[in-house]
Amino acid sequence: MATRTIGEGVVVERQRRLSETYVGRWITTTDHKLIGIMYMVTAFFFFLVGGLEALLIRTQLAVPDGKVLDPATYDQIFTMHGTTMIFLFVMPMLTGLGNYVVPLMIGARDMAFPRLNAFGYWIVLFGGLFLTSSFLFGQAPNAGWFSYAPLTELTSACGNAVKCTPGLNMDFWVLGILLLGISSIAASVNFVVTILKLRAPGMSINRMPLFTWMTLVTSFLLLFAIPSLTAAAGLLLLDRHLGTHFYQQAFGGDPLLWQHLFWSFGHPEVYILILPAFGIISEVLPVFSRKPIFGYTFVAWSGVAIGFLSFTVWAHHMFAVGLPTVAQAFFATSTTLIAIPTAVKIFNWVATVYGGKLSLKAPMLFALGFIAMFLIGGLNGVALAVVPFDYQATDTYFVVSHLHYVLFGGTAFGVFSALYYWFPKMTGKLLSNRLGVWQFWLMLIGVNLTFFPMHILGLLGMPRRYYTYSGNLGWNELNLMATVGAFIIAAAILVFIWNVIVSLRSGEQSGSDPWDAFTLEWDTTSPPQPYNFATVPIVRSRRPFYDKKNPDIADWKTATH
Amino acid sequence: MRMPLFRGVKRWGKLISALLLSSLFLAACGENSPSVLNPAGPVADRERILFWFILIVATIVFVAVEGMLIYSIFRFRERPNSPMPRQIHGNNTIEVIWTVAPSIFLFAVLIGTIYTMINLAQPKTPADLEVRVVGHQWWWEFDYVSQGNFVTADSLEVPTGAVVQLDLVSNNVIHSFWIPQLTGKTDVIPGHNNHMWFTADRTGNFFGACAEYCGDQHAHMRFDVIAVDQNTFMTWVHTQQASAVTPAAGSLAEQGAKLFGSAAAGCSSCHGIVGNNLTSYADPKGAALIGPNLTHFGSRRLIAGGVLTWDPASCQIVNNQLVNKNNCGLYQWLQNPQAIKPGSDMVINQLTDAQITQLIAYLESLQ
Repeated sequence: MATRTIGEGVVVERQRRLSETYVGRWITTTDHKLIGIMYMVTAFFFFLVGGLEALLIRTQLAVPDGKVLDPATYDQIFTMHGTTMIFLFVMPMLTGLGNYVVPLMIGARDMAFPRLNAFGYWIVLFGGLFLTSSFLFGQAPNAGWFSYAPLTELTSACGNAVKCTPGLNMDFWVLGILLLGISSIAASVNFVVTILKLRAPGMSINRMPLFTWMTLVTSFLLLFAIPSLTAAAGLLLLDRHLGTHFYQQAFGGDPLLWQHLFWSFGHPEVYILILPAFGIISEVLPVFSRKPIFGYTFVAWSGVAIGFLSFTVWAHHMFAVGLPTVAQAFFATSTTLIAIPTAVKIFNWVATVYGGKLSLKAPMLFALGFIAMFLIGGLNGVALAVVPFDYQATDTYFVVSHLHYVLFGGTAFGVFSALYYWFPKMTGKLLSNRLGVWQFWLMLIGVNLTFFPMHILGLLGMPRRYYTYSGNLGWNELNLMATVGAFIIAAAILVFIWNVIVSLRSGEQSGSDPWDAFTLEWDTTSPPQPYNFATVPIVRSRRPFYDKKNPDIADWKTATH
Repeated sequence: MRMPLFRGVKRWGKLISALLLSSLFLAACGENSPSVLNPAGPVADRERILFWFILIVATIVFVAVEGMLIYSIFRFRERPNSPMPRQIHGNNTIEVIWTVAPSIFLFAVLIGTIYTMINLAQPKTPADLEVRVVGHQWWWEFDYVSQGNFVTADSLEVPTGAVVQLDLVSNNVIHSFWIPQLTGKTDVIPGHNNHMWFTADRTGNFFGACAEYCGDQHAHMRFDVIAVDQNTFMTWVHTQQASAVTPAAGSLAEQGAKLFGSAAAGCSSCHGIVGNNLTSYADPKGAALIGPNLTHFGSRRLIAGGVLTWDPASCQIVNNQLVNKNNCGLYQWLQNPQAIKPGSDMVINQLTDAQITQLIAYLESLQ
């Protein structure tokens, strides 16, 4: 029961509102900070689900002729590993970080559309639970996260003696993906409007923090890429249940239509997964180097260039489908071009570190690890753009290695950098640095032990998505190595969970600005009040909080921008 | 806390580099592996050369950037007397340099890519042998169109030095045809008749596999490419073109031949044997049979996309009994195919050991 004053000295009891209970506060909230935290917790839960699936895969493949999973189960596990990590871990995690941090960084009170924001979150949660619940029916999606037609069609529709996907498996996938797409669009619209319309006075576009920049670019990518996925999935649903034949060659459709539609979403998607991580480390590196980012304009605009180019490279996933030589040369060229802005970013990060005063705390370690690992993922990515070599490497473990250096060595390191960096802002407590250092080294070793041997497995002829392999092909030691590495990564994640529990309970108080940082989110309490800032901050350079703390040598006095 | 971290870097650095080097070493001498770095023909050879080229370029960039990063970490770590660093915001000259420099590297790689691509698109001389490759779920069928359309399964025999032209066909889902030591992949897509070519420079037995996920038994869609000299190849072709030999009256194989056509086993409702239930490879009855044609099964080495191997030596029959049935892949296959390759189309009525032995004797005779 709560009380309410209805007149002078007259107080009556009334029913407590839902929003006044602990659980109710979370369910009914439209505060970007609470929604951001819910996004991140949900994403982390799905990260554990996806991680468990990864461990099952690696256990099955640890030794030749593995008997842990039967083929039908293995297919569901590897499909859900990819789907979960991409759609239910990385995307919600980055959306959650953006939700929490972006409005604070730009000095706004909340996102532009708070209720749309809450809607987006709840769709992710229920979409994710819906997808994962398919395991309860024993009919989890089983055609890979790429779901190539016509394997994903109903059996009746794809010919005699053909095994497609008669069960509910693909229906779960299609409906889940359609739901999650709605959420992504909602979040993107919200970010675009928030970033373009709600910046604090003085924060022009070229003074925005780089994480905000990258979130803006990512949001535009989502707005243009998701429709392609929605169309692809929608047509598949029609094929499966309403008798259309978009992907069935026997009736005048074309299986390659799926691949073009899917990858014209799928390649921008890869940058959707990595650009926010670029933004994260562009925030962390300067703070822990005690220097501004080197070449702000180049870092920001190379992100924009990557965004544009990412729509022109999709067919590099399809070099083996028999496209004309000229088309392949085009996509090889565009893929090579996209490496240039990426290289520019890496050089600028190294230059930011160079000549600094490096404080090697956990957020910085993860940011440095990001550069080191992402570089490998970039270089073996260039190798895959070399079409004749790609004929050999595509669909082998070489590609598995490449994408995990980018998405785990890259994005996941970026995410942990962000979590160590902003955790004090969200909770008022510091995460233990000692445990953070442990986690970092375990993860660095685990990642390299798991994914480096996969380059070689690919060169030794091991295709992807095999539920087992025979012992006489020279693949045994490398597979065992990868499995050991996967369990080391799992240990690193356990250290992180332990760290969060211990630090929430008895962590060191952080104060509002534990890192002596540069941007506006640190210029308020930890955690911030629902209204974020008591007074609207005024921005005169790219490092407004640095200016406030160092009025004599403020950027706007000394720098040219 | 600082020093242990510092030492840790070195120690783990050593460990990781030792690990990476040893795995490279493993790769270089993975003798049993179908390694793309150990090519047996010109196509795979060009692809390998390109790989070493990129590896060199990538290694230069890797060493330069990681070196700079690690140097900076050690050189600029915070120390008690570290001064406040100069607040440098950027330098346009440097930006231009490091935009142009990687562009030059990448341009070199691109030239190599496009040059090799154009070179590999078509063979220099017309094809010597044309084979129609049909991807099934989950096995490969090889139709020798220029040799009177005889068919084999799971084993593609070719003469060395010949330009082999493949026409890739699927009427089910997408597969991808790959022989790591001879050529990279080309997808086998319903409605798209893709082509590829290769030449084997030396004799040998080369691993081939499906590389596009095509369902539960994607892992068991292997095949062998057997490269032999021209004479051996011609002999093999003549054998394959012929009908299956009729087993001697009263032999175990003859009982097997009868069993093959009987309802008790049910083999002939899916499999064809020219000389048993088919009159020739062109027999229209053959089109309705969904299993591999077994006319010369005895000369093949793989069973059902390589899920097991067929080795007559381990299926020896003495006194009408298998000497060691648990060692005999074909016995296991005929005994319970769904346990060996779950989800495949292969079903068979439960047979007695005696019946299976008869079938094995017959299949072995199909040389």
